[in-house]
Amino acid sequence: MRVDYYLYLSAVLFTIGAVGVLVRRNAIVVFMCIELMLNAVNLSLVTFARMDGNLDGQIIAFFVMVVAAAEVVIGLAIIMSIFRSRRSASVDNANLLKY
Amino acid sequence: MTSTTHYVAATGVFHLTFLLVLLPTVGAAVLLLGGRRTNPWGHLLGCAMPILSFVIGVIEFVALIGRDGGQSRQLDQHLWSWVPAGSFHANVNLLLDPLSLVFVLLITGVGSLIHVYSVGYMEHDPDRRRFFGELNLFVAAMLLLVLADNYLVLYVGWEGVGLASYLLIGFWSHKPSAAVAAKKAFLVNRVGDVGLSLAIMLMFTTFGTFAFDGIFNGAASGHAHSGTMTAIGLLLLLGACGKSAQAPLQSWLLDAMEGPTPVSALIHAATMVTAGVYLVARSAAIYDVAPHARVAVEVVGAVTLVMGAIIGCAYDDIKKVLAASTMSQIGYMMLAVGIGPGAYAIGILHLLTHGFFKANMFLSAGSVMHGNNDEVNMRRYGGLRKVMPVTFACFSFGYLAIIGMIPFSGFFSKDKIIEAALDKGGFEGGFLGTIAIVGAGLTAFYMTRLMAMTFFGVKRWPKDVHPHDAPRVMLIPMAILAFGSLVAGYLLILGGSLQHFLTPAVGGSVEVGAHTISPVVLSLITLAVVAGGVTSAWYLVARKPIPAEPPTYVTPATKAARASLYGDAFNEGVFMRPGAYLTRALVFFDNRGVDGLVNGLAALVGGTSARFRRLQTGFVRSYALSMLAGALALTATLVLVRVG
Amino acid sequence: MSSGFPWVTVIGAIPLAGVVAIMALPKSRELQARGIALVASLVAFAASVGMAIDYKTHGSRFQFTQDYNWIKAFGAHYAVGVDGIALALILMTTVLAPVCVLASWHDADPDPAEVAYAERGDALHARGPRLFFALFLATETLVVGVFGSLDVFFFYVLFEAMLIPMYFLIGSFGGARRSYASVKFLLYSLAGGLLMLVAVIGLYVVSVHQLGHGTFDYRVLTAPGALHMSHGEQIALFLGFFIAFAIKAPLWPFHTWLPDAASEAPTGTAVLLVGVLDKVGTFGFLRYCLPLFPYASRTLAPYVLGLCVMGILYGALLAIGQKDLKRLVAYSSVSHFGFIALGVFAFTTQGGSGATLYMVNHGFSTGALFLVVGFLASRRGSRFVDDFGGVAKVAPWLGAMILLAGLSALSLPGLSTFVSEFLVLVGTFTVHRWFAMLATFGIVLAAVYALWMVQRTIHGPVVPAVEGFKDLSLRESWVIAPVMIAIVGLGIYPKPLLDAITPAVQQTNSVVRSHDPTPSVPEQSRTNPAPAEVAINGGTVFRSAK
Repeated sequence: MRVDYYLYLSAVLFTIGAVGVLVRRNAIVVFMCIELMLNAVNLSLVTFARMDGNLDGQIIAFFVMVVAAAEVVIGLAIIMSIFRSRRSASVDNANLLKY
Repeated sequence: MTSTTHYVAATGVFHLTFLLVLLPTVGAAVLLLGGRRTNPWGHLLGCAMPILSFVIGVIEFVALIGRDGGQSRQLDQHLWSWVPAGSFHANVNLLLDPLSLVFVLLITGVGSLIHVYSVGYMEHDPDRRRFFGELNLFVAAMLLLVLADNYLVLYVGWEGVGLASYLLIGFWSHKPSAAVAAKKAFLVNRVGDVGLSLAIMLMFTTFGTFAFDGIFNGAASGHAHSGTMTAIGLLLLLGACGKSAQAPLQSWLLDAMEGPTPVSALIHAATMVTAGVYLVARSAAIYDVAPHARVAVEVVGAVTLVMGAIIGCAYDDIKKVLAASTMSQIGYMMLAVGIGPGAYAIGILHLLTHGFFKANMFLSAGSVMHGNNDEVNMRRYGGLRKVMPVTFACFSFGYLAIIGMIPFSGFFSKDKIIEAALDKGGFEGGFLGTIAIVGAGLTAFYMTRLMAMTFFGVKRWPKDVHPHDAPRVMLIPMAILAFGSLVAGYLLILGGSLQHFLTPAVGGSVEVGAHTISPVVLSLITLAVVAGGVTSAWYLVARKPIPAEPPTYVTPATKAARASLYGDAFNEGVFMRPGAYLTRALVFFDNRGVDGLVNGLAALVGGTSARFRRLQTGFVRSYALSMLAGALALTATLVLVRVG
Repeated sequence: MSSGFPWVTVIGAIPLAGVVAIMALPKSRELQARGIALVASLVAFAASVGMAIDYKTHGSRFQFTQDYNWIKAFGAHYAVGVDGIALALILMTTVLAPVCVLASWHDADPDPAEVAYAERGDALHARGPRLFFALFLATETLVVGVFGSLDVFFFYVLFEAMLIPMYFLIGSFGGARRSYASVKFLLYSLAGGLLMLVAVIGLYVVSVHQLGHGTFDYRVLTAPGALHMSHGEQIALFLGFFIAFAIKAPLWPFHTWLPDAASEAPTGTAVLLVGVLDKVGTFGFLRYCLPLFPYASRTLAPYVLGLCVMGILYGALLAIGQKDLKRLVAYSSVSHFGFIALGVFAFTTQGGSGATLYMVNHGFSTGALFLVVGFLASRRGSRFVDDFGGVAKVAPWLGAMILLAGLSALSLPGLSTFVSEFLVLVGTFTVHRWFAMLATFGIVLAAVYALWMVQRTIHGPVVPAVEGFKDLSLRESWVIAPVMIAIVGLGIYPKPLLDAITPAVQQTNSVVRSHDPTPSVPEQSRTNPAPAEVAINGGTVFRSAK
């Protein structure tokens, strides 16, 4: 099995994630798209590790997972509190931090 | 001058020289810093200090006479090293030589008398203590001026007397006119000071020192460029013009009469205003090698002597007439010291006799004002000789002295100046001599006018004024000065004593081969001119009733004289108005131009950032898009670089 | 070598200890901050007197030196030490600091309205005596460090750090337009500081190339023949330093921040700002611009002198045109800074020594002016000259102090300012006759603005608002007395200070390879033979370490 398919998959997943972040308004969906992008990166990291025959990529993938876990905790908490105060989970509604 | 200048170190009694300056300094410090505690005895201390200085001066004079002539009569006392910076050494040294000693005696002698007089004159002034403090400050500064052995310390004394003059003219500073007059005096003097300080800088650049001996020897050595010496001479002259109220810096002296009368007598007649003459005489060695500068001194003296006399003819304010007369008389002195070798001593002689008779007249005028509720307008006097006999007698002595009547002091000194001017020969001598004679006639005219308006004729004072002679404490100094006006000239000229005495400082008298006009004939001519002046004044002023208000329709000449020959108008038009406009324009320029540029730059940055701020929309997704665009751009660049 | 006692560090540390003590004060005892600040500044003054006594006039150039590695990676050191110039300026700083503390005694007292507000717990009560005096002492520490630093990088850091406390001193405690003034001050200074940072880095790069290892050590960089910069490099780096200092000093046309900052700052701060802080600029000319970039200094000197003369006349004319007393004093300082820089860039012993002495004297003279204007303003509640008149009649001592301060501003002979101004003018005259002649007219203009101020405030009829004026209080007397004593004392006997300053100045000028011109007429016999170290045949003989 060719390894580069994993890379294509990763690129596709990343693009889906990126487009999702850009076009979706629901904060939860945006959040999940970010997770998708992170995992796409993880996938390519693992793939590269396999291609090069060392473990560096896999180790970084673990780091990314840890960071992603932490991010989920904080991110969901922020989304929750925004939803509580504004009764909306739309990212476009949370635009107070501007000029 | 061929002999080199060499000062010997002070010994013995001459160690006391520093006390001359220190005593009045202490007096000033105690009186000015002591506050109200010193009120009860302040005036006594104030009198004691110049008197003590005078005593020391007399002791030193006796000791100096006791030494053999020449250089051993120039004693230098080193006090402390003042400003050392590389090759620049200013020491605070005092030089006691015949010239400075003559001034010391004049300053402390006349100064003491005027201090005593002031005890009576200022008796009812709540600030009498401060007055004496400032008067002592003046004496100290003036003594420092004449005792300095280098130009920098001289400059300190020079400005010190300027400060004292400023403080004393503005003594009644709650009067705006006094405050303005004080400021004017200081500012005009400052213009002169620019000349003096530039002269000192030029001397330092040329000779590497500003000690008298180093500069005089350097000048005498003939190595200096003659243009440089002329420049130094002219710059010194500018300084002298400021201090001595000579044209073109004469305008402050008339306003300075806002000060109390003893101040006018001491500072603006007898001593400070003669500092310019002292400066030129002291710098004899410089002027000896700068003939062009000397001509300038002569011209300034001649112009001012006529100007002062003309202005004196027009004023009704008794003090201003006397002030104009002071300008004119100092013009005579300037003329004399401008004539040069041999005539320096004559200038100093006139300075001394003038010190006596003008101080006398000012004090007498003070007495007149004292008896007339401080009225200064001569149109409100008249016939005072009967009610103020002593004052009248004293004033008459001064009057006779100033118009040059035999045997009063002015006769000896003024005639000598006219003689010296004529002896110069040629066009220059004839011109200057004629001006001096004309000046004598004018002097006789305006002084006679003053006498007639004040002491003769019918009484014109208001009903509530009761003129009376001043108390004794004022009359006695007046009497002593009046006596001096009578005898000083004769005593000083006896056997050429003053000239001989001054030789070490200003050079000896120069024998003229033949006088242009024989002295006796010249004296007769001068006396005839003076008699003409007296008669015409008598004819024009005293024979007619004097109106209470000055006549309005007068000749242009009188109008010009009343406006002080437009000196003030000139200053106003040429310096003050344009200066004010310039200042206002610059303030505008600084706010709008320089600062405007800076603020404009700030506004530009602020405006631009306000535009760019709009990019921060607050929409997370647009930020994400720009991040993506950025990331893509970076990647594309990387790829392009790799591939390309 | 002189004694090894680390005077500079000690003097710098004393106010810092004061800062710590003030910070430790509880809110309830916040007024004690004033006492702590006064004690700390007085102790620092005592220590600097000790340093002056310990200083050997004929000793080595830098004394009481200390040198420790600070940032090894790029050769920055904590290196301090003083020469005569720094000694004089540190002395001046520590004399003025207690004066300023005493002058600001009530300036930071808590505002009753604000206290009530704070007690309700609505706002963080930041303004107050603790903050004010802590910032004040911090500034003193930094200024002492700037004068005492022997490392260019260390100097730069302190130079920039000075801005922080000063920004808050003006911005938090100033007058009505304080925020405009403080921001303007900060931006101006930062802009200059940025240029200087570039030049400092440039200097480091040059030292890396030439010496093999990068260093900021002032003594290494200025050692004869240590660096060979091309002319272009010198001029570029010179300009970096010069503009920063010219803004700080300030020289025309970089002066417009000064009138705003000085007039909005409270009295004590204004004295600190103009009297002490701005001296860092002129000190920088002498300490850094000349020895580091001798070629550029020589080449650009005529232009700089032109700026100086312009500043002298321009500042004086603008001072004449001011209606606000504090702005008048600020513009007079612009004129005086012109004189100082004129002396520095004349490259003569008289000019340099005079300029250094001028820095000290100007601190006292301008200090006195700001103080008396502050006294007037605190009584009348106005800084405008038209609101006064006849003060001398009502409050004679206050009037006398105003007069004396005015006379010191116009450099009356006998007062300290005269000595320095004349030295500067003579020093300039010997080499640049026309510049000196133009500058001399500044003394007439100085008389105009000083006497104008004196006349309009203390003379004339007593205006109604002035009638109730009290004479100097005890505190005010203690504030003004040391300054006046310094002004009179240094006028009569400036020799000790000049003796310390002159060798350092001569050494600086020798780096610029400038000799005092010899008089055109050989010196004749003198009654009082000059001391031995007189300039002979154009070669300046130094009293160097034996």
